[in-house]
Amino acid sequence: MQELSQILSSAKDAIQRSDSLQALEELRVRFFGKKGELTDILKTLGTLPPEERQKRGAAVNEVKEEILKLYHDKERVLSHAKLEEQLASEQIDVTLPGRGQHHGSLHPVMTAMNRMVKIFSSLGFVVASGPEIEDEYHNFDALNIPANHPARAMHDTFYFPDGKILRTQMSPVQIRYMAANKPPIRMVAPGKVYRCDFDATHTPMFHQLEGLLVDEGVSLSHLKGVLSEFFQAFFETKLKVRLRPSYFPFTEPSAEADIECLICRGKEAHCKVCHGTGWLEVVGCGMVHPKVLQRGGIDSEKYTGYAFGFGIDRMAMLFHGIDDLRLLFEDDVRFLGEFR
Amino acid sequence: MKFSEQWLKEWVLTDCSIDAFAHQLTMLGLEVDSVSKVANAFDRVVIGKVVTATQHPNADRLKVCTVDVNQPEFLTIVCGAPNVHDNMKVAVALVGARLSPEFVIKQAKLRGVESSGMLCSEKELGLADLANGIMELPEDAPVGQDFRDFLKLDDVSIDIELTPNRGDCASMKGIAREVATIYRLPLHQPDWKAVKPTISDTFPVQLNAGESAPRYVGRVIRDVNIQAKTPLWMQEKLRRAGLHSIHPIVDVTNYVMLELGQPMHAFDFDQLQGRIEVRFAKEKEELVLLNDETVALNSKTLVIADSKRALAMAGVMGGKASSITNETRHIFLESAYFNPTNIAGIAREYGCSTDSSYRFERGVDPEVQTHAMERATQLLLDIVEGSAGPVIEEKLEQYVPKPSSIAFRPERAVKLLGVAIEPKEMWEIFERLGMKIKGTVHAECWEVSAPSFRFDISLEEDLIEEIARIHGYDSIPEAAHPIALDCPSDLFKTDQINQLRHLMAHRGYHEVVTYSFIDPKDQHAFDPNEKAIALSNPIAANMAVMRTSMLPGLVNTLIFNINRQQERVRIFEQGNCFVSHNDQYEQKHVMAGLIYGSVDPEQWGEANKWCDFFDLKSDVEAVLSQYFQLDDFTFTPAKHAALHPGKSANILNKAGECVGVMGALHPFLMEKYDIKKEVYLFEINLNFLEACEKFTFHAISKFPSVRRDIAIIVDQHVTAQEIADVVKQEAGDSLVDYFIFDIYYGDKIENGKKSIAIGLILQHISRTLLDAEIKKIMDRLIKKLEMHFEATLRN
Repeated sequence: MQELSQILSSAKDAIQRSDSLQALEELRVRFFGKKGELTDILKTLGTLPPEERQKRGAAVNEVKEEILKLYHDKERVLSHAKLEEQLASEQIDVTLPGRGQHHGSLHPVMTAMNRMVKIFSSLGFVVASGPEIEDEYHNFDALNIPANHPARAMHDTFYFPDGKILRTQMSPVQIRYMAANKPPIRMVAPGKVYRCDFDATHTPMFHQLEGLLVDEGVSLSHLKGVLSEFFQAFFETKLKVRLRPSYFPFTEPSAEADIECLICRGKEAHCKVCHGTGWLEVVGCGMVHPKVLQRGGIDSEKYTGYAFGFGIDRMAMLFHGIDDLRLLFEDDVRFLGEFR
Repeated sequence: MKFSEQWLKEWVLTDCSIDAFAHQLTMLGLEVDSVSKVANAFDRVVIGKVVTATQHPNADRLKVCTVDVNQPEFLTIVCGAPNVHDNMKVAVALVGARLSPEFVIKQAKLRGVESSGMLCSEKELGLADLANGIMELPEDAPVGQDFRDFLKLDDVSIDIELTPNRGDCASMKGIAREVATIYRLPLHQPDWKAVKPTISDTFPVQLNAGESAPRYVGRVIRDVNIQAKTPLWMQEKLRRAGLHSIHPIVDVTNYVMLELGQPMHAFDFDQLQGRIEVRFAKEKEELVLLNDETVALNSKTLVIADSKRALAMAGVMGGKASSITNETRHIFLESAYFNPTNIAGIAREYGCSTDSSYRFERGVDPEVQTHAMERATQLLLDIVEGSAGPVIEEKLEQYVPKPSSIAFRPERAVKLLGVAIEPKEMWEIFERLGMKIKGTVHAECWEVSAPSFRFDISLEEDLIEEIARIHGYDSIPEAAHPIALDCPSDLFKTDQINQLRHLMAHRGYHEVVTYSFIDPKDQHAFDPNEKAIALSNPIAANMAVMRTSMLPGLVNTLIFNINRQQERVRIFEQGNCFVSHNDQYEQKHVMAGLIYGSVDPEQWGEANKWCDFFDLKSDVEAVLSQYFQLDDFTFTPAKHAALHPGKSANILNKAGECVGVMGALHPFLMEKYDIKKEVYLFEINLNFLEACEKFTFHAISKFPSVRRDIAIIVDQHVTAQEIADVVKQEAGDSLVDYFIFDIYYGDKIENGKKSIAIGLILQHISRTLLDAEIKKIMDRLIKKLEMHFEATLRN
């Protein structure tokens, strides 16, 4: 018995003092190994008489259990410490940038175009398209712009030797759409248009979105309503919209729709964007001219309609505050990269 | 149309601020482009008289002037202008005068002589952009009077951008009519009396151009004083309307044009022979224009001629030979009506738009010619004196436009505008606009006819627009048109291209938009077999043909960016290309991309590897597999003028049609475009999307799969595709995945051969595959590979 309590106390002391899993392992061998101190005692049990063997056995087991418990406790502490130490050594620099490809970008004009299409789609307009190389009939005559009309002079048209042209506006899609569809009609046509003009505020290729709605009982107030709805959605803010009289050969009455200046909200006399007027001209529109409806095979007495045409490039510039049109088609990747 | 506010106020006396007035004009459809002051904001400038101007004792180019400004003593002012002379009336900036915020006149000593003020030029006063010496005032200018008051310079010029339909507003009278209508103010006509003829001289006029020129009014004026000067008030009105004073006769015709909207022309009467003839030009007939340009006319051009030759391009520009000169003694004045369509085409064709053609192509009032002639005569005789003959008028009555009577339904107006305007108000609006109405206010339909100057109005809709305009577009409410629930059947198809664009952006590409017309040289270099559609009037030589491919645009964009220090460029574009087949134009919707530079942006932990074919191919495959199975496409070696012959592929769809190409830029083109490192490009015709079908799912097996790897040695020309075809054919339904995981050329195998390591995943859909089955499959496969490619298994 004396021997057992000595073993226990020396084990306690040794386990407490051990500072590594390796030292602890040596202790395990020292007490429980094949030639361990407790193992030796256990080996002697067989030589004892049965009743003493039992008593002695219980005492040995008790000591064994206690040592094992101390051992396991210590083992947990030491393994935890070891793991901590290992994890500490595995620390990475989480501030390093992520690996792989960087994100590209979508062109701001295309993004504006899609934004517009999305809004009109959600208002029930379908998307239509047409050829960029057009004939004069669809681009001009059918739109009530006969040869020599001053409005033709205002469209500096690109011609091909066979008399075809690059469309100068998206309006010809109206004509094509009306020829193929019956009212009620609700369509928008975004696309590229071309005019022979190149300076700080004009590029020979630009983008327009044309809209057309033909149905019974359509009025100018509906046009004003849809534009107001559109601008609020596009710019995500309530903007004043005004219509003022204008002229397009294919609409009557015709209007320019202006929106409140996004930059100064009409409060800056020297605003560079609106030039102090407080208004930005963004869309030409009006009630579809009866002759245009008739050419589209639509009864202009029964049906009325509105049409509008946006400059998409200008919408993109306003949306992003881009102040130089020429940046749009230079395709400098540093500029494009801003629109991730 | 530019005019001064004061001039307008002679016609109609408004009392609102200029800002409010400009806003009102804009809201009437007369968009105000700019409002600008007619002179600088100077003060303390008075009218003076140069009593004496003597040579400066110490400076050759200076004069010492004694100037009377109606003060107790004359001022001494040193002046450097060459034109200063005794008794000249001048504008004098007194000491303390502020000509601009930074420019204040001070007492000064100039080369030893005291100077108390400055004699001003038009430029210094902001009356002109350029000046040649100081401004000379008329002899009757009152000495001592404030110069601003004298010229009424507290005025603004208002510039209006007229829409093509409002030719009636290309005059003071027209603008004033609109202003009087909207403000309900009386319109004051200028006070003048027609001049009675004092001589009986006339000149024959023949109208030989039918409806193109149905009215011609002329008048002979003899013995004009060609040395007379245009009065300052007229010069100023012209200046504030943006016109230069040229000569009193020209100035008067311009003045009448601005006042009444009728362009006029004055001929030197002595140069006219026989008669005036309004006719179409003979083909190639020559005419020297006022601007000294010689033009060869065509037979669609309307001219004013005499019995011998063309004198002027009608309604556009006069001719040199019959123009007013310093020797002119007698003049022949013209005031005619020409049909707008004739003039519009002509001015454009000859590239000589003038103030006259601007008005004729928009249309002038067909009833104003005689009135304009009387007004011009009266002004001319006031200035250049002379004796006027009777007014000559020739007309083709049947071709003079007449206002038509238009059926108008008040109810239709309400319906089209969406605003409840009372018929009574509409009636009143028409009356204010000078329309004649037949019917009664409560009738369902009225007969309305517009005055002769509103030739733009011919339809009920035109009248409805007038109602809206005068009632005010602002008062039209916003409303929603109720629409049927109707979803397009192709809603998702239309979004496919957007999905592909997003995919490209996610893979690191920047979307670009390049011009649809490109340099013919680029076109030829990239796509020599396709005949590009050329523009007749390109804006520049390098934008002259429609692109048949997007690749030249992308490569030029790459060069633009390389020149801006960009070392890594990934770009794509989506849009139309244009080809011509049997003279039919075809529009192809394509997407193209380009990569240049390292595979990934330079970064830590990754080798900086230059991109290659397979980096691009993975992007191309991503595009193809967005809506298809990748197996639906095959890549075959391609021959393409723009691509490296060993590193380019055609992309074939299931039907074997080529939907695109990809590869390395051809080394010839790299050299031509001076690009030093490899560029990879692709171009896909987006019509490949049309074959897209709704995807149907395949069941996945619940049973374990088995992987088998083999390595075979084959001739180096055997393609991965060829091996794949055999493997897929022979492995049968149990093959669920197949991939190449290594390719080896080198010392350890025979020259001209390569080793390909293949991984196969085998799995049965409804049970576990047996080892024997797997062995059988593999044995058969290996045998077939040996048979097709003389493949040997590598140990």
